[in-house]
Amino acid sequence: MSMAATSHEMAAAPVPRAASLAAQVGAAERRHLWRMLALLAPSVLFTAFFFVVPLALFMFRSVDNPEVSGYLPQTAAVMQAWSGKGEPDEAAFAALAADLRAIRDTPALGLIGRRLNYALPGFRGLLTKTARRLPAADDGATKAAFLAIDEKWRDPAIWGVLHQQSGRLTSFYLLTALDLEKSPEGEIRRVAPEQRIFIDLYGRTLTVSLGVTALCLLIGYPVAAVMSRAGPRAASWMLMLVLVPFWTSLLVRSTAWVILLQNEGLVNKSLIALGLIDQPLALIFNRAGVFIAMVHVLLPYAILPIYSVMKGISGNHLRAAASLGAPPLRVFRTVYLPLTLPGLAAGGTLVFVLSVGFYVTPALVGGPGDQMIGYFIAYFTNSAVNWGLASALGALLLLVVAAIYLALGKLVGFDRLRVR
Amino acid sequence: MAAATHIPATERAVLIGSRIFTTLVFIFLIAPIFVVVPLSLTAGQLLVFPLPGLSLQWYREFFTSPLWTGALANSVFVALVTTVAATTLGTTAALGLHGARFRFKPILVALLVTPIAVPVVIIAVSAFYFFASINLVGTYLGLILAHIALALPFVVITVSATLQSFDPNLPRAAASLGASPLRTLRTVTLPIIAPGVASGAVFAFVTSFDELVIALFLTSPQQRTLPRQIFSGVSENISPTITAAAVVLLIVSVLLMLVMEWLRARSQRLRNPLETA
Repeated sequence: MSMAATSHEMAAAPVPRAASLAAQVGAAERRHLWRMLALLAPSVLFTAFFFVVPLALFMFRSVDNPEVSGYLPQTAAVMQAWSGKGEPDEAAFAALAADLRAIRDTPALGLIGRRLNYALPGFRGLLTKTARRLPAADDGATKAAFLAIDEKWRDPAIWGVLHQQSGRLTSFYLLTALDLEKSPEGEIRRVAPEQRIFIDLYGRTLTVSLGVTALCLLIGYPVAAVMSRAGPRAASWMLMLVLVPFWTSLLVRSTAWVILLQNEGLVNKSLIALGLIDQPLALIFNRAGVFIAMVHVLLPYAILPIYSVMKGISGNHLRAAASLGAPPLRVFRTVYLPLTLPGLAAGGTLVFVLSVGFYVTPALVGGPGDQMIGYFIAYFTNSAVNWGLASALGALLLLVVAAIYLALGKLVGFDRLRVR
Repeated sequence: MAAATHIPATERAVLIGSRIFTTLVFIFLIAPIFVVVPLSLTAGQLLVFPLPGLSLQWYREFFTSPLWTGALANSVFVALVTTVAATTLGTTAALGLHGARFRFKPILVALLVTPIAVPVVIIAVSAFYFFASINLVGTYLGLILAHIALALPFVVITVSATLQSFDPNLPRAAASLGASPLRTLRTVTLPIIAPGVASGAVFAFVTSFDELVIALFLTSPQQRTLPRQIFSGVSENISPTITAAAVVLLIVSVLLMLVMEWLRARSQRLRNPLETA
């Protein structure tokens, strides 16, 4: 019915001139565009508000420095004007005394103490002690009073910290995450050797991720080759065998490995029963367990892209090379391997990007020495409550992941990612 | 494989070797997952082979203990709400992306898919930091909002892929016959892209149902999900009830995978009706 009505209207309408037709088309297209933008708006706003905003706020935390300027405002002002060299004068001590008096009986004292303790262990204790014994009013001898409470107030390191942390922004957390610090003179230098923990952490994260990537490619490549050369029925069965672990929750798979790799677990019991070993092997809560479980979790991510590239390679190329007299190894090296390289690159990138961010699997099957950067982001958030450092580590991890995507992202394709 | 007889011995050795290797790899991939199934049926108290006998006691424990039933109920509730919301949002977004060409489109696409590329521990900690400031930590709403943000890209990607093979003349035909845009959507576009939307929904459900890291940061004991309950059990002391819970997760995953493969086959058939005889 509506169809008849429309065609009637169209027939009755006068034939429009070209210009007004163009205008009508333009108006219709604009209407269409607005309609499409209206369809997009809810998702874009949702993602902006519940993904981009939290991420941006958290990243900002790595340079944010609200504590000193907020809780010790007068001290911060004096410190900003101070050169940072030598001993500060009476005015600096008086400002600090005034600030401490204001927050003496509030939770703020604990918060600023914790913040300064990150930069210089022992600062919290010094601050609490000083705040407690502070003279009631200024008598022009605050400096002497401070020194009477504790000689440490003469230490340039103390005032160096206050000077450096008095700004609204700080490089402190990012430097700490790189095992660097600022000397009281403001020079950037490496921290003492026994405090260098983060470079080790990145080395470990990279070693594990690269090792897992290499193993996944080495194991996945021949498997994908066999799958791509199988008949359609066998291939679809094998694909199913890859998809089942791909779809099974990471937690279930990690749990299974915890059970299997224990000292009394199935793996050790079988090996002992077979007479291969006498004593159970240490397979869990160490690096071996992390490798076994991570390769198991990530192998499908390597096999699937390699398989999809191999499936598209025509056997004619290989037959042509062989008919020209190339021995099999040479056919593989000069024809097959270069043709499958895009699949290897995609699978390798995918596995690497996923493994650098791993948290759950190493937490369950690894020991204390096998935890990667993701674990420490969680640790500094939950246990140590050092947001700045958690954020700095997060920023570095995000930087690595983003750099890999910008460099190699076209190889991967977002639709293959499923991180759980 | 009639030519197999002409293959030289070395090549045949490579072929046989690679098949044996492949079989071993498939055992490595599959066996550890299914080892939890017999263990969950043990009549004993320990997770060891040989089983002292078969029993459903750990499933009885799982389905009667309020700790586990509560976790299961939470997981199902959060996953269902996430699925409905993410599928609706993601499908409308994919339709909008498909139907319009404008200068900033690549930026919007990047914005919509980025959440899958970011390590989930960063998303979890960011959500915890932000939600703490607006009192959403330890609420169902907070967990659901974070799960929607995580699941949305999968729906956008899946539905967009389906729309790419969608004939743009069909909605034009509907419009030329006088159907309103809404009616065209309801009676032409949506029925055709339905398998893609359903795949997106399956992805969204599984993303939320299996998600652990965000749940670790955002839930209080009241909203604990099944993965969270399993995780705390594994970190402390693995009881056979955990293997029963793992089997429940496993069954859900395998069922959803089968649904997904069925949808994929179906949409391929719709696309090339002549190809599958």
